[in-house]
Amino acid sequence: MERPLTATSDREPQPWQDQLFEVLKGADIRQVGYVPDAGHSRLIARCKADPGIRDVVLTTEEEGVAMAAGAWLGGQRSALLMQSSGVGNCVNMLSLIRACRFPMLMLVTMRGEWEEFNPWQVPMGSIVEPTLKLCDTHVAKVEQPEQVVPAVQNAIQLAFGDDRAAAVLLSQKLIGRKVWVK
Amino acid sequence: MMFERRAAMATLLADRPKNLFVVPGLGSCTWDAFAAGDDDRNFYLWGAMGGAAMIGLGLALAKPNARVAVITGDGEMLMGLGSLATIGVQKPGNLAIVVFDNGLYGETGMQASHTSGGVDLLAVARGCGIGRVMDIEDEAGLKELAGLLATCSETLFARVRITPDDPPRVLPEKDGVLIKDRVRRAALAAS
Repeated sequence: MERPLTATSDREPQPWQDQLFEVLKGADIRQVGYVPDAGHSRLIARCKADPGIRDVVLTTEEEGVAMAAGAWLGGQRSALLMQSSGVGNCVNMLSLIRACRFPMLMLVTMRGEWEEFNPWQVPMGSIVEPTLKLCDTHVAKVEQPEQVVPAVQNAIQLAFGDDRAAAVLLSQKLIGRKVWVK
Repeated sequence: MMFERRAAMATLLADRPKNLFVVPGLGSCTWDAFAAGDDDRNFYLWGAMGGAAMIGLGLALAKPNARVAVITGDGEMLMGLGSLATIGVQKPGNLAIVVFDNGLYGETGMQASHTSGGVDLLAVARGCGIGRVMDIEDEAGLKELAGLLATCSETLFARVRITPDDPPRVLPEKDGVLIKDRVRRAALAAS
């Protein structure tokens, strides 16, 4: 028997996704780096549509860490959007953030943790939190829609108020499992 | 021709315009930039290998009225080759990337880099859609490049072939927080 498709990724954009964009706008985020990602697709589309935000598509996530440092040197706030696999790509470049105490805001959509179809997502997905913590990054994990805005607001305060790295992990429970058969 | 690296850096920064920010890649390019004269607008890198061009991009996008020159080595550029694709898509008119290419990893003992093995960074830059790509052939070309750092209206990529010499190290400030705050203050003060 076919299982009904109920995960949020199968449906229309969720209210928290637009709220997340408004939080970034309200915090005067002016550059957004990203590697294309299904979980962030709504946020990326909103950023692309906003003339006040420069959206920068990256070839690998560590580029976005370096770009965030440059943006801050020039007086702008930025955010880096990525999937959990991208965290592994950032590890050495996060040394720049710690050595110079740059603000660094990261929003991470999780894979490999909840109803994951692809086992190759599990190795990195399962170590995202300890990896980021080892890189001196504050980590908050969000599983419920109503937690998104306060968690991101807090991460913004930590990053730009305390000149450090802060990440919010958006769990697969929140985003929904990837649809493999369309 | 091949240039002596310290002299080439000095030529590039000799008549530096007030609004030119420089991101020297880690190692020799940072020493070269400091040797050419300490400056609040130099973001000296002691690490972040592969990140110089993207630091330059973030700064160039944030300060469209400023000029940004990333001056880095072939090894550092090779580690961030994808950033040329990213920059090729963004096309900031106020960003220049200058690669001091000796085909060697100088800081680790002069081992051959990929440019010694036939990789052509100019072709990579062209293929990434960088607007203006230059190979610096002589002293006049180097002077022209120095002028373009202030005036070029499209993203610029230049290769400066340098001799494999290893001049004495002169070390700038090492405290990352101080380096960052100094550059940021200079950027905020600039128009």
